[in-house]
Amino acid sequence: MLTDPTALLLARWQFAFTVSFHFLFPPFTIGLSAYLAVLEGLWLKTGKALYLDLFRYWLKIFAINFAMGVVSGIVLSYQFGTNWAVFSDKAGPVVGPLMAYEVLTAFFLEAGFLGVMLFGMEKVGRGLHFAATVCVAAGTLLSSFWILAANSWMQTPQGFEMGANGQFLPGPSWWTIIFNPSFPYRLVHTVTASFLATALVVGGVAGWHLLRGNGTPQVKKMFSMAMWMAALVAPIQIAIGDQHGLNTLEHQPAKVLALEGDYDSHPDGAPLYLFGIPNDRTQHLDYAVGIPKLGSLILKHDPNAPLAGLDTIPDDQQPPAAIVFWSFRLMVGLGLLMFALGLLSLWARWRGTLYRSRFLHRFAVLMSPMGFVAIIAGWVTTEVGRQPYLVYGLLRTRESMSPLGAPAVATSLLAFVVVYFAVFGVGIWYILRLMHRPPQEQEPRLKDVDAGPIRTAGITPAAQGTAEGEL
Amino acid sequence: MIDFDLTTVWAFIIAFAVFAYVVMDGFDLGIGILFPAITVGHGRNRAMNAIAPVWDGNETWLVMGGGGLLAAFPLAYAVILPATYPLIIAMLLGLVFRGVAFEFRWRDERHRAFWDFAFFGGSLVAALCQGMVLGAILQGIEVTGRSYSGSWWNWLTPYTLLTGLGVVAGYALLGACWLVWKLEGDVQEKVRRLAVRAAIATLALMAAVSLYNLSLLPEYRERWLGTPEIYFASQVPLLTVIIAGFLFYGLAKKWELAPFLLALALFALGMAGVGVTMWPYVVPGELTIWDAATSARSQWFMFMGFLITIPLILGYTAWSYWVFRGKVGGEGYH
Ligand code: HDD
Ligand code: HEM
Ligand code: HEM
Repeated sequence: MLTDPTALLLARWQFAFTVSFHFLFPPFTIGLSAYLAVLEGLWLKTGKALYLDLFRYWLKIFAINFAMGVVSGIVLSYQFGTNWAVFSDKAGPVVGPLMAYEVLTAFFLEAGFLGVMLFGMEKVGRGLHFAATVCVAAGTLLSSFWILAANSWMQTPQGFEMGANGQFLPGPSWWTIIFNPSFPYRLVHTVTASFLATALVVGGVAGWHLLRGNGTPQVKKMFSMAMWMAALVAPIQIAIGDQHGLNTLEHQPAKVLALEGDYDSHPDGAPLYLFGIPNDRTQHLDYAVGIPKLGSLILKHDPNAPLAGLDTIPDDQQPPAAIVFWSFRLMVGLGLLMFALGLLSLWARWRGTLYRSRFLHRFAVLMSPMGFVAIIAGWVTTEVGRQPYLVYGLLRTRESMSPLGAPAVATSLLAFVVVYFAVFGVGIWYILRLMHRPPQEQEPRLKDVDAGPIRTAGITPAAQGTAEGEL
Repeated sequence: MIDFDLTTVWAFIIAFAVFAYVVMDGFDLGIGILFPAITVGHGRNRAMNAIAPVWDGNETWLVMGGGGLLAAFPLAYAVILPATYPLIIAMLLGLVFRGVAFEFRWRDERHRAFWDFAFFGGSLVAALCQGMVLGAILQGIEVTGRSYSGSWWNWLTPYTLLTGLGVVAGYALLGACWLVWKLEGDVQEKVRRLAVRAAIATLALMAAVSLYNLSLLPEYRERWLGTPEIYFASQVPLLTVIIAGFLFYGLAKKWELAPFLLALALFALGMAGVGVTMWPYVVPGELTIWDAATSARSQWFMFMGFLITIPLILGYTAWSYWVFRGKVGGEGYH
């Protein structure tokens, strides 16, 4: 069946929309579950109530975020079949088992221990409860492992055979499929991004309470921990991103040329374009401002190395350069700002003004959502940059769609947009409302929130007798 | 003897995942469906608490069923989902509402009524759509080459409406029986009465669907009424009648756990009935499990993972149910 171009465009928008919304939540789940495990571990080790207060504070936020991550993720796993049936049929034998492993090793683990983590402290005791928290955190990392293996295989496919019926079939080694060339870079870069994004949120919330004069020991501890993370992890992330880019240049050169804005070949050293307006139609970077030779220095680690341009790649195999050019600059720019925040915090720490510098606190507040912006920008770079292919070089996006007409896809897209903005908008607002309140001494348990003085309502409202030291 | 055929094994594994989903998320969704009938305040809070710690694990079986179908029978996945497109989308959106309602209703007292309604509506829509997807598969799907070739509304028939309602009633029965077990006092009394009504509706709809089945495709008639098939096949309705008798008796006698187990048995029989009707097709009349199966290497790779992880999953799932055992709402719970 011939795919209707309108339907195809709508289906692409639908995937981009639902996956972008989904990927607001998992990075926070990944980062926050690790942070919660650290906090609970510190509490068990030191016995300091402050850690328990922080644990309880972030646990409430975690619970809401997790629920949104789950429901938006289930949509995605069914969307492969509803909108991309041809892809599902053809790539199912390779990608399907990786996602099945994700369910078996990660989703069940997270879900199985989540109940105990949220509600089970009185039931199982501290040690087992800590184990449950660690299992949830481990589950989120396993989940990243498998889904990114699947995604990376689509970016840099290897280890498969073509079946007579047009399917991609696994070759003799699953190892080759999983550890495809872009996977290690993508896994490390994405998980690090999740930790960084979470640290920025924690730091932003703490900075905001510091600005409002709530400099309690809990808030200070939060701020200090988050700033350490920013200072240590931002430079690491930049180094990983550099390596990731080099690897991509090797395996998906068209993507890197597009994100660099290199339409023309540069036989003796390519510039690094800082600014410009990519024009795909004329194949020219208008108003380009570049630093000579720096492009080759970064990509080839040699200022005079020749670099081929998009002019060497047939038009129907090129990604849309305008989108990735900007999304890439957005991500890198934000990465540099995060680095600056980390440096500034080190300076303030050394000067002893970490909890007093209003500029630093304002900067932290401003940066708090930027991890998510950088993450989405990064994914847009990755995904748009691999167009026009879904399985790179082998299966085109336009050949992958379900036999659906535009009305069907338009209706479902509209429904997703309305429901997502309404439901997840409200959820994010609830999270912001929780953050608006500073963590307190004797932070109420998850189940006591909203309980007012009577303490009967809450996430598990029936609690009456509240023993001390419970979660 | 039959050889060890991994495709058959995978058909059973997927059937197992679907069954696990249907009974586990079935009682969650059933509680949602019954929510308007449960008293605002204490009754609803306790009903919610009876599932809050486990719903996410229950729903993961849906991902296992869908993801497993993609992995083990990609062609079936690629045919069935476009053929039931609006149903799947509506089900997913229903699950979005009911999933977030677990958290949101506690976060916002002023809008609790709204989130309670979202919990009910989301559960109802999800259950109805699941039942209709089942009906759509049973009534047959048009396939040309390797893809679905009908319109996006072909699934809508009186038959699918009937299967949809059947699943709604069945989930309500499961939910009511679960609450009979987990609650006490006046709320328990109330849900017990609801369970009786849901049981009547479930059995009536099961009977109607079964009779309708016979007229759906000539093959189905043959499978149920031909000789010697009828001697085996007739055991299913026979057992259903017996179990239904016990269920009503148990509810009247105020047994607490038994009604839930008997409702599970009814679902198992329903599933067996579907099995008799469809085997060995995944898309009746069009694709057998062997037509749709993935490659042997994929099957083996996943089978190894399945063998290793499933005992662990069942183990810690059972543990988490054990942690939250006992009545909800009494002193000292939660
Ligand atoms: C790097 C990590 C990562 C990435 C790239 C994705 N996810 Fe995700 N996903 C998670 C990390 C994650 C998680 C951290 O494991 C979540 C977030 C909240 C949660 O419960 O688990 C999750 C939840 C989640 C769920 C619900 C699981 C449950 O029931 O517990 C599903 C079905 C998916 N995802 C499916 C997908 C699909 C089909 C994706 C690709 C298009 C995808 N995810 C991208
Ligand atoms: C097996 C896994 C995946 C599949 C089958 C898949 C498939 C697709 C498809 C079909 C599209 C639309 C085609 C297009 O760009 O026009 C797309 C785009 C996109 N995907 Fe993926 N994807 C997968 C994994 C991911 C992951 C893990 C993420 C990140 C969370 C992601 C993020 C995106 C984004 C942001 C777009 C938008 C690109 C655009 O603007 O068009 N994808 N993907
Ligand atoms: C400033 C230095 C950075 C550089 C040089 C860099 C480089 C890259 C490159 C080249 C890609 C595309 C890889 C491909 O498509 O094959 C990418 C993707 C991505 N980036 Fe960055 N990045 C940087 C900072 C960041 C930051 C700060 C974040 C988030 C906090 C981030 C999050 C992501 C994500 C989520 C992806 C998509 C997944 C992936 O392909 O790894 N990046 N990055």
